[in-house]
Amino acid sequence: MATSTMQFKIYRYDPDKDNAPYMQDASVEVDFSLDRKLLDVLTRLKAKDDSLSYRRSCREGICGSDAMNINGKNGLACLTEIKDLKQPVVLRPLPGLPVIRDLIVDMTQFFKQYHSIKPYLINEGPRPERERLQSPEEREELNGLYECILCACCSTSCPSFWWNPDKFVGPAGLLNAYRFIADTRDQATNERLDDLEDPYRLFRCHTIMNCVDVCPKGLNPTRAIGKIKEMMVRRAI
Amino acid sequence: MSKLSVPVRKFDAVIVGAGGSGLRAAIQLSEAGLKTAVLSKVFPTRSHTVAAQGGVSASLGNSEEDHWHWHMYDTVKGSDWLGDQDAIEYMCRKAPEVVVELEHFGMPFDRTDEGKIYQRPFGGHMSNFGEKPVRRACAAADRTGHAMLHALYQRNVRANTQFFVEWMALDLIRDQSGQVLGVIALEMETGEVVAFHSKATVFATGGAGRIYYSSTNAFINTGDGLGMAARAGIALEDMEFWQFHPTGVAGAGVLITEGVRGEGGILRNSTNERFMERYAPNAKDLASRDVVSRAMVTEINEGRGCGPNKDFVLLDITHLDPATIMKRLPGIREISIQFAGIDPIKAPIPVVPTCHYQMGGVPTNYKGQVVGDDGAPVRGFYAAGEVACASVHGANRLGTNSLLDLLVFGKASGDTVIDDLRSGEIGLRDLPADFADRTLARLNRLNTQTGGASVNECRLELQRTMQKHCGVFRFKDMLVEGVAKIVEVEKAAAHTEIKDKSQVWNTARVEALELDNLVEVAKATMVSAEARKESRGAHVRDDAPDTPANPNGRDDVNWHKHTLWHREGNRLSYKPVIMKPLSVETIALKTRSY
Repeated sequence: MATSTMQFKIYRYDPDKDNAPYMQDASVEVDFSLDRKLLDVLTRLKAKDDSLSYRRSCREGICGSDAMNINGKNGLACLTEIKDLKQPVVLRPLPGLPVIRDLIVDMTQFFKQYHSIKPYLINEGPRPERERLQSPEEREELNGLYECILCACCSTSCPSFWWNPDKFVGPAGLLNAYRFIADTRDQATNERLDDLEDPYRLFRCHTIMNCVDVCPKGLNPTRAIGKIKEMMVRRAI
Repeated sequence: MSKLSVPVRKFDAVIVGAGGSGLRAAIQLSEAGLKTAVLSKVFPTRSHTVAAQGGVSASLGNSEEDHWHWHMYDTVKGSDWLGDQDAIEYMCRKAPEVVVELEHFGMPFDRTDEGKIYQRPFGGHMSNFGEKPVRRACAAADRTGHAMLHALYQRNVRANTQFFVEWMALDLIRDQSGQVLGVIALEMETGEVVAFHSKATVFATGGAGRIYYSSTNAFINTGDGLGMAARAGIALEDMEFWQFHPTGVAGAGVLITEGVRGEGGILRNSTNERFMERYAPNAKDLASRDVVSRAMVTEINEGRGCGPNKDFVLLDITHLDPATIMKRLPGIREISIQFAGIDPIKAPIPVVPTCHYQMGGVPTNYKGQVVGDDGAPVRGFYAAGEVACASVHGANRLGTNSLLDLLVFGKASGDTVIDDLRSGEIGLRDLPADFADRTLARLNRLNTQTGGASVNECRLELQRTMQKHCGVFRFKDMLVEGVAKIVEVEKAAAHTEIKDKSQVWNTARVEALELDNLVEVAKATMVSAEARKESRGAHVRDDAPDTPANPNGRDDVNWHKHTLWHREGNRLSYKPVIMKPLSVETIALKTRSY
C-alpha cells in the first residue's frame, strides 16, 4: 500500500463564525492505491473535519459541481490527478464570484449570464409529427459546444468576466449562444446576433484564452466567440 | 426553532428533484400556467440523469423495422415478469412520442444519413418478440443523459419554471386523512426551514445507489424521496431488486455504458475467451444486465478473472475502428483514460459489476399517482423516475428504459396533476398543527447531539454491509445476518454527531440528514431480500437454484408478486403483479433465456 501524507492550504470562511477568510494548513494520509483524484482526498479531509465545505456530485466530470481553483488554476476536483499536484496544494474558491462559504461560491451571476442568451431552441414553426431532420454534418457543428457542463471554470478564469460579470456574457454563456446559433433547427439566429452585438455582451472578449486553457471538457469558447464575431461581420456586408 | 417560526409558502404543485423526471413534469406544469415550485439539492443540470450515457429507447424504427409491442415484450421479459403490464404497455407505446418531443425541445441526437435520430442496439432489446438485437436506443454519442438533462432544463428556462436550487426536502407533510400537503425543506445556503404547502406533490428524487459501497451513482443519490415517503407511512415496493451494471470501471465504480457493447464491444476473461457465448448463446454480450453481471461474477469466482487479484474482467473494443470510438464513444474513452488509466483504442478496460439502479421504489400506477396498499391513489401525491415503482422494470431493468421511464412518467405525472387539479380532485387543505414537529426534532437533535457516532463511519458501515450481504449473488445466512447488521447501523445513525453547527451551507448536516434516508432504503432492501425465497431478475439466492420445477430458481407459484415494505413495524406485505395490459394480450409467464 502506497500511503503518504499530503499537505494542503485551503481557503476557509464561514460567515457564521469567521470575521474574515483565512488560509488553513491541513494534511491528510493518502493511499495512492485507492485515491486517485483530488476529490478522493477532499473526502478524506472532510472525514477528519466535517466543516470543510465544497460542492460535489457525480465524481466523474459530467455534473460540473466541484469546480475550484487548484494551485492557481481552475479545474474539477474529480478530474484532477493528485500525483501531478505540487504541494502544499493550494485550494481556493473559483475567483471572481462572491464566496458563500469555504470553496462554495455564489453562482447567481454566472447562471444569469447563461440564461440571458436564451439557452433553448427557438423554432416557432409547426411541430412535425416526427423528428426534425438534420444531416450528420449539420449535427457535427454542435460537437464541442453541447458538451458544456456549466462548471464555470472558464468564465471565472476570464479577466473580462471578473471586471464586468454583470455585462459580459462570459465564455460559457457565449459558447452556449453559439451552440444554438450553429443549430440548423434554430430559427432565431438574427435575434441572437442582435442581442450580442454590444460592446460588453460579446466584445469584452479579448481572446486571452484562459477559458480554453482551463475547460475540463476540452472545449474552446474562444473559437465559438470567433465564429459569432465572424457571422456578425458577414451579415454586415 | 419552534414550528411557529416555520414560514409557509403556497403552491399549486411542488416537484421535489430536478433530474429528468422532475424537469419533464415541470415542463407540463409550467406550460399549463400552474404555480409550481421545483426543489433540488443541486443545480438542475448537476442531477444524476446527467451521467446516463448510452441512449433512450423508442421503437422509432429509424434503421430497421421495430414495433412498440416488441419493446413491450422485451421489457416484460427483462423484468422477469415482475413488471406491471399496463404500465409497460403505456411506457413503450408513449416512447416514440416523448422522444420526438425531446428532439423538438432541442436535444442534439446523433443522426442517421437520412437525418433521423441515430439508434444503436442495447442489451435485451430485440426485434420480433425476442428474435435478434434491434437498434432501438436513441443516442447523443455516449452523453445521452447529459444532452437530455440540459435540453429539459433549457425548455424549463423557456417556460419560466420557478426553481429552488440547493434546497433539500426533509419530510413529507400528510394530514389525518392521509392526503399529502407538501414538503418541509431546508435552504442549504441559509439553513432556513420552509414548508412548501401545495395541492400536489411530485417526487422525482431519483435513486439511492449510494447504499452500496461500490456504485456508479453520484454522491447525491441517497434515496431522499424513499426516506421521506417511508417516514410518512408510505410502503416501499420491490426494494430487493437492485441492478448491478456489468461494466463499472474496476476500483473506481464509474459507469461504462452498455452502448460500448452495442457498438460491438466484447467481454473477455483471463483466457481471452468471449465468455458470454456460453451464458447467452443468442444475445451474447447484449443479454440483459442481470444475466451479464452474474456471468461476470461467476467467471471471477471460478478463477478466470483478470489482473493480479483476478478480480475483474475486460471490456474489449480494440477491434473497433478508432474513428467509430471517437465518434460514438468519446466520453467512454475520456472516462477510461481518466479513471482506469487506459486508452480503450489500444487496450481493454477492466470492469466489474457495480450497483447502478433501483428497480423498486414508491408504488405508483401508470399515471404517476402514488398508490396505497389497496391500489387506490394517495391524494395529492405523485412520483416519477427512479424513485417510483410503476412498476415498469420489475426485477430487472433494460438499459435505456430508465431515460424513457423518466420522460414518460415525468410527463404523465404532470398531466395527471393538471387533471386532478382541474377536476377538483385535489385542493389546498389546512396544514395539521404538528406538521413540522418531526423535521424540527431531527434538526434539533443534530444541533445538540454530543458524543454520537460519526456520519461518515455510519455510512461506510451501511455501504459495506449492503455490499457484502446483498450483492449480485445472495446467500440465506448472509441475508439474515445482514438484517441484524442494518438494524445496528440504524441504531448508531439515530445518534450521529456533527461538529459543524453552522447555519450556512452546512454539508455535514446535509450528509447526516441523507444518512437517515439511506438507512430506510438499506433496511427496506435487506428485509425484502431476506424474505423473498426465490431467484428472479436481479435477486438471485443460492438456496433458490435452477431446477426443472423452478427454472433459474424462479418460483412463480409462491413469489410472482410485488413486495411492500412498511417502515412501521419493519414488516412486509405483498400485492399481485398486474398481468393485464391496456389493450393487447397478456404476455404470459415463460422461462427467461437470452
